[in-house]
Amino acid sequence: MLKLSDVVTFYGSLRALQGVTLEVRQGEIVCLLGGNASGKSTTMKTILGMVRPSAGRVEFEGERIDHLPTETVVRRGISLVPEARRIFGRMTVWENLLMGTLVRRGAPASELSQDVERVYALFPRLRERAQQLGGTLSGGEQQMLAIGRALMARPRLLLMDEPSMGLAPALVDQVFDIIQTINRQGTTILVVEQNAAVALSIASRGYVLQNGRIVVHDTAETLLRADHIRRAYLGEN
Amino acid sequence: MDLLQILPQQLVFGLALGTVYGLIALGYTMVYGILFMINFAHGDVFMIGSYLGWGVLVAIINAQIGGLHPLWVLPLMLLVAMVGAGLLGAGLERFAYRPLYLRGATRLGPLISAVGASLFLQNAVMLTQGARMKVYMTNLLFPGTWRIQVGSVNVSVLVLVMMGVALLMMWGLHLLVQRTTLGRSIRAVAEDREMAAIMGVNVRRVIATTFFLGSALGGAGGVLVGLYYTQIDFFMGYSAGLKAFTAAVLGGIGNIRGAMLGGLVLGIVESLAVTFVNPAFKDVIAFLILILTLVFRPTGLLGESLPDWEKV
Amino acid sequence: MGGSARRLTIVVGVLAAALVAPLLAPSDYVIGVLTRICLYATLALGLNIVVGFAGLLDLGYVAFFGIGSYLYAFLASPHFGVHLPFLLALPIIIVATAVSGILIGAPTLRLRGDYLAIVTLGFGEITYLLLINLDRDPVNITGGPNGIIAIDPPALAGFVFSRNIEYYYLFFLALLVVLGASARLRDSRIGWAWQAIREDELAARAMGINTTVAKLQAFAIGAAFAGIGGTFLASWQRSVFPDNFLFTESVNILAMVILGGMGSLVGVLLGATLLVAFPEIFRDFQVYRMLVFGLLLMVLMIFRPHGLLAVRSRREEEPAAGRVAEEKAGASL
Repeated sequence: MLKLSDVVTFYGSLRALQGVTLEVRQGEIVCLLGGNASGKSTTMKTILGMVRPSAGRVEFEGERIDHLPTETVVRRGISLVPEARRIFGRMTVWENLLMGTLVRRGAPASELSQDVERVYALFPRLRERAQQLGGTLSGGEQQMLAIGRALMARPRLLLMDEPSMGLAPALVDQVFDIIQTINRQGTTILVVEQNAAVALSIASRGYVLQNGRIVVHDTAETLLRADHIRRAYLGEN
Repeated sequence: MDLLQILPQQLVFGLALGTVYGLIALGYTMVYGILFMINFAHGDVFMIGSYLGWGVLVAIINAQIGGLHPLWVLPLMLLVAMVGAGLLGAGLERFAYRPLYLRGATRLGPLISAVGASLFLQNAVMLTQGARMKVYMTNLLFPGTWRIQVGSVNVSVLVLVMMGVALLMMWGLHLLVQRTTLGRSIRAVAEDREMAAIMGVNVRRVIATTFFLGSALGGAGGVLVGLYYTQIDFFMGYSAGLKAFTAAVLGGIGNIRGAMLGGLVLGIVESLAVTFVNPAFKDVIAFLILILTLVFRPTGLLGESLPDWEKV
Repeated sequence: MGGSARRLTIVVGVLAAALVAPLLAPSDYVIGVLTRICLYATLALGLNIVVGFAGLLDLGYVAFFGIGSYLYAFLASPHFGVHLPFLLALPIIIVATAVSGILIGAPTLRLRGDYLAIVTLGFGEITYLLLINLDRDPVNITGGPNGIIAIDPPALAGFVFSRNIEYYYLFFLALLVVLGASARLRDSRIGWAWQAIREDELAARAMGINTTVAKLQAFAIGAAFAGIGGTFLASWQRSVFPDNFLFTESVNILAMVILGGMGSLVGVLLGATLLVAFPEIFRDFQVYRMLVFGLLLMVLMIFRPHGLLAVRSRREEEPAAGRVAEEKAGASL
């Protein structure tokens, strides 16, 4: 569904991605792992068209998207749950969810309310707080809202940038459970994470990014089990 | 005891003037909220709105259609002024500012360009319309005798209409910003431009629309001010602009309700102060309020934390 | 070898030309224009310190110009009956305007670019309003809209200035001094501090630069230069009027700084020359002056934001803030 081939991206004068190749097939959960400054964020930004690659290709459902503006890429069916949530704090929960539907111009109101229901079913807490301002929600609730907002677009591919960041461990498990549920409901997911263990526990395949290069690529099981890989590239955990 | 008699009257004037200040201030605040830029030329867009309204009024009078009733003349004047001003504002954004903020140029760039635009507009009007003031034949629409007794105050209908129109427009804007998709897009771009783009918002179009709306409101303010003061000239945008800007800052720049509140406060303070102080210093009062606000409470009455360094 | 020798010959050549120009001028009117160029160049160099070096957009610079002018009018005219000699009045005015620079700059210290501009604009306007209105009871301070006239011309060692050509050499000399001071300041520790602040104030503070002091210094020195210019205007025009100090004058001087490229001394001189000479050449089209001005500013910002002569070639638009501040701070040790 999504294919990056030898993508090279500069961030300022820094070569952030040095020939990244990865693939996400329909229905999968794939995780992209790596530490700080490994290039994870840049990969996300390149996929979304926020940064242009200077070499290589990004293809989505068979078509090149690497030189398209973000607004267009998003309309093709890719949604992002950004790092640090970045929900609109000055809008209510409900308004935030509505924002997610922008890419679906002309969708009938009944469909939209169906989708809102689906989000509330996944995240009952959001239903309670529907009229509250996003800025007043807790970190975990904001994460849920960010995911819900992305889902409202009915994306075919969901990108998640470090969903575990800043969350207590119990909450992390909860969130990743929900990610699995979303996947089972039919959404393909690419998760970028530092917390390798929890990401690999739900993914089918994993890539490890280091200094802008993919150094390891294997099934999640193998990665989880291979000790030396764990220690060398994934750190403790 | 003379004072007590004048005071309520002055308060009403202050309120009326304040609502119009608020209307113009909205233009500044909306643009600032979305681009973090002070559209220095906004005052001159207001001035051009005033001239457009005048032109419509003169044309109607010359056409000698009987039955000049404000009920249809005023909306026509407002419509032309608002559309004209809106297009002008959007044009400025497209040709003078967009090349600059897209480039991420220094903050000085757009401001200097705006100063240039202001000078250009003022002089263009001066050269094409003459340096002498134009007269709004307000009394043909609102005869001076048309007054109403509200409590202890005898108020001209014009003043009430001014307030009414201004409040109506502000309410309309409020509805638009709070309830419509466009409004949510504007708020989203103002809060987090990158995230809004990720949500699929056409940021450029939203910015252009914001300029259009803010400028249109300024144009409407121009018509109202023209009707009230009956004299307009090419230079009026300058002081009105600075006062409206003061109102916006006072209320909390970037905050729509703040602009309205700031306008009211400024209008009332100015009206009251003029009864005690030499009217020649009226403009100084506005400047002093501006400077005091910026120094002691830069976030304004309703504003949140001013982004000093983060936002570009 | 070739480069600096060539530069030296150009400088000497320009200097010589400037010294000889009034003698070759076809009319006294032209000498007057040359004199005005020197006057405005001084003002522009002053604003260049605030805007060009330190990056503080001052839209009310004309206030200092006006304060300097009126102070000289107070100190050397029948208005208050005080007649201080020129050489005594000048330093007093320099100090006074510098102090006014600090007073006006102080409230703006925490303000960011746009707000700074508006507040300084406000101060400029307040100054104008004060100049035009402080003539009522009880004391007529400023002479109101009619200004102050019959101001003493400069008198040095018995020699009383009267012809344009004499003023020209006086102003030219002062310009050289101011130019030299600007160059010294630019290459001094203060100058580097200013440029660091201009590039990225946060990074500058992180480098240990006391931005408060540096900014106030910029305001003070810039104001002092304007004070010099103001003294010259008053003593040359032999009169001062509030309308000499409108906002458009601030824009005028700002345009000189921008046109030449903020921070570049040569550029500022060029800008001043162009912006004084051109309107004179096109005197018949005087009425279009501000119109063209406005258009010029807009176009400049789009196509040549760094002036006709850029200070240094900018390959990246992102300010290499930390790096610049570091280099400058390190080099000063």
